[in-house]
Amino acid sequence: MLSINDLRASIEGKEILKGINLEVKPGEVHAIMGPNGSGKSTLASVLAGREEYEVTGGSVVFDGKDILELAPEERAAEGIFLAFQYPVEIPGVTTINFLKTAVNEIRKYKGESPLDAAQFLKMVREKAKLVSMNDSLLKRALNEGFSGGEKKRNEIFQMAVLEPKLAILDETDSGLDIDALRIVAEGVNSLRSPERSTIVVTHYQRLLDYIVPDYVHVLYKGRIVKSGPKELALELEEKGYDWIKAEVEAVG
Amino acid sequence: MSTETIDLKTRLITDFHAREAVMNGEASSEFHQKKRAGLARFEQLGFPSIKHEEWKYSNVRDLISVSYDFNADSSIGLAELEDLKVPAQEANILYFVNGRYNAELSTIISPVEKITISSLSEAYKNDPAKVASHFNELTKDAEDAFTALNTAFTQDGVFIHIPDNQSVEHPIILRFVSDAREKNVGSQPRNIISVGKNAHVKLAEAFRTLGDQRSFTNAVTEIHVAEEANVQYYKVQNESENAYHVGTTQVRMLDRSHFYAGTVTLNGKFTRNNLNIVLDGEHCDAHMYGLYFPDGSQHVDNHTVADHQKPNSESNELYKGILRDKSKGVFNGKIFVRPDAQKTNAFQSCKNIVLSPDATMNTKPQLEIFADDVKCSHGTTTGQIDEEALFYMRSRGISQPEAMSLLMFAFCADVVSQIKIDSVREYLENVITKKLASK
Ligand SMILES: Nc1ncnc2c1ncn2[C@@H]1O[C@H](COP(=O)(O)OP(=O)(O)OP(=O)(O)O)[C@@H](O)[C@H]1O
Ligand SMILES: [Mg+2]
Repeated sequence: MLSINDLRASIEGKEILKGINLEVKPGEVHAIMGPNGSGKSTLASVLAGREEYEVTGGSVVFDGKDILELAPEERAAEGIFLAFQYPVEIPGVTTINFLKTAVNEIRKYKGESPLDAAQFLKMVREKAKLVSMNDSLLKRALNEGFSGGEKKRNEIFQMAVLEPKLAILDETDSGLDIDALRIVAEGVNSLRSPERSTIVVTHYQRLLDYIVPDYVHVLYKGRIVKSGPKELALELEEKGYDWIKAEVEAVG
Repeated sequence: MSTETIDLKTRLITDFHAREAVMNGEASSEFHQKKRAGLARFEQLGFPSIKHEEWKYSNVRDLISVSYDFNADSSIGLAELEDLKVPAQEANILYFVNGRYNAELSTIISPVEKITISSLSEAYKNDPAKVASHFNELTKDAEDAFTALNTAFTQDGVFIHIPDNQSVEHPIILRFVSDAREKNVGSQPRNIISVGKNAHVKLAEAFRTLGDQRSFTNAVTEIHVAEEANVQYYKVQNESENAYHVGTTQVRMLDRSHFYAGTVTLNGKFTRNNLNIVLDGEHCDAHMYGLYFPDGSQHVDNHTVADHQKPNSESNELYKGILRDKSKGVFNGKIFVRPDAQKTNAFQSCKNIVLSPDATMNTKPQLEIFADDVKCSHGTTTGQIDEEALFYMRSRGISQPEAMSLLMFAFCADVVSQIKIDSVREYLENVITKKLASK
C-alpha cells in the first residue's frame, strides 16, 4: 500500500529526512516514535505533500502511484489523510462547510456526483457520534478557539468523514484527557479494516494500549534506526532513547 | 499641472457661469448662493495633486485628463438595467441615471405622509427653504475640492427626511447608474438624509455603469443623525473598468445615536471614498466597515474620519482588502479625540491580503488625541494568504483555487455579515463568490 524508499527531504537547505525506508501493507498499524526534533512530523508532512519541504531523493509509492508528483489535494483524494500535530485555525469557515467542500471535492476527483445537503448531514451526524463530537463545534469556525483536545478530536472526526485508506496520526494523543483518548482511539479502531492502514506518531505507550500497532519504528536524526514488534514501545517507555542513541553512535 | 487639468477646471467654471446667466431670479436664492460659494471654493482649491497630503497616493491626473458630459441624456429603460440589478426585497428603490432622478424606474413604497423620500429636485420644488437650509450644512467647512465642486454643480440626488420616532420598515435603495454607452459622462449627485430622534432607517447607495466609455461620479451624501436614531448606511460600488468615482459621506451624530456604515468597492478604475463621521453627542456609537477587491490596474482609496467631540462615545472601524495584479489600495483612518471627549473608545483596524507582488497597499492610521481618559487602538496588517491554512485545506482534498476562495471569502465574511439589508448582503455574497472564483 505504502512504500517509502530512501526518502530524503530538506527545508531551507537543511536536510531533515536522511533516507527513510518504510513498507506499510494494507490493514497494518505502524507506530513511529522518536525523540523531539527527529523528523516525525516532517515525514508526515512530506507524505501529505507540504510544499515547503523539498524532496531531494527517494520515492514514495502509494497504491502503485508515485505520490511525490501529486498535489496535496490529489493525495487526499487518493486516500491519504494527515491528522495534524498542530491543527490550523481557520476563522470564517465553519467545520461543517469545510468538510462538505472537502467531501465533494474528493468525490469530484473520483468522478462521483456531489452529496446533497441531506445525505451529507446524515453522514456527518453518524460520524460525529462515533467520536462524540459536539454538534455546536461543527457550526463554529474551523478550530477557532477550540481547546487543544477539541482540535484533536476534530481531526479524528474529519478522518472518520473522509474514510482515508492511509491515516497518519501525528501526536493525536497529546493534549487529550483520558476519556477523550479512549474515544479517539475507538474512533480510529472503528475505521480499521483489512484495506485501511494507519501510521501513528506518538511519544506514549498509552495510545498504543488502545491502538495496538503491528510494528514500532524509532525515527532518530532523520532515519528509522530501529524497528520491532509492539513490545518495542514498552521497552522505549521504560528505558527512554539513550540506549538507541548509543547504538546508533556506535555504528557510526 | 498639465494643460489638460487647467482645461477641465476652466471648463467647469465657464459652464457654471453659463448656467447661472440663464437662471433669472433663482440666481439670488439661498440654494444658488451656496452653490456659488461652492464654486468659489473649488476655484480656490483646484483639483488636488499628489503633493496634497490627503491625495498623496491617489493621483487624479487621469481622472481629470478628459472631459465629461454632465448633462447627458439617457434612454435607459428597465430592460437594460436588468443585469445591473441588486435583487430587490421589498424596498424603496430610487433610480438616478447620469445623476438625475428617474421617476419611471423608481418605486417608493413607504408611506409618503409619514416619511419624505424623494429626489432632491422634487423636494426643492415643494419646500425650497427646507432643502436649501439642509443643503451643504454638514459639508460647509470641507477643505475638499471635489466636495466643493459637487456643491457648485448639485442638480439632483435624494432628499430623505424621517420624522422623530419613525421607523422605516423597508430599506431605501438608491441606484446610481452611469450610462456611458455613447460618451464620457459625469454626474454629481448630492444626497441629503435627515434622520429624526429615535428614528430608524436602513439605506444603501449602489453605483453601476453601463457601457465602456468613461464615467466620473462625484457624489456627496450628508447624513444628520438625531438623538437616539439608528442608521444603517451602505455604499456598494460595482462599476466599470472605466469608472472614476470620488465620493464623500459626511455624518453628524447626536446623543445616544447609532450609525453603521458599510463601504464595499467591488469594481471600478479609480475609487476614492471619504467617510467622515462627527460624533457630536454623548453615548453615540459609530461603526465603519469596508471591503475592497481591486484587480488589474484598479485603484481604491478609503479615507475615514471619526471625530469625537463629546465624551462617552465609541467608534469602531474594520476595513479589509484583497489586492490582485497591479492594483493599488490606500487606507487612511483618522481618529480625532477633542479635548471634551473624555472616556472615548475608538478602535480601528485595517487588514489586507496582497495576492500579487505588483499590487501595493498603503495604510496610514492617524490618531490625534487631545483628551487624557480615552481608550484607542489601531492596527493594520498587510500579508499574503495564510499558507498553513491553505495546506491544511488542501490536505483534506480541497483544490488550491477552491481553498483560496474559501479562505478569501472567510476573510471578507466579518465585513459582509455586517450588512443588514438582506438583498444587498446576498448580492455581495454572490458577486464576491464569483469574483474570488474568477482567478
Ligand atoms: N520550517 C522549518 N524550518 C527550519 N527547520 C525546521 C522546519 N520544520 C522543521 N524543522 C526542523 O526539522 C527538525 C525535525 O522537526 P519535526 O517537527 O519533524 O520533529 P518531530 O520529530 O516531529 O518532533 P516532535 O516530537 O517535537 O514533534 C527539527 O529540528 C525542526 O526544528
Ligand atoms: Mg512532531
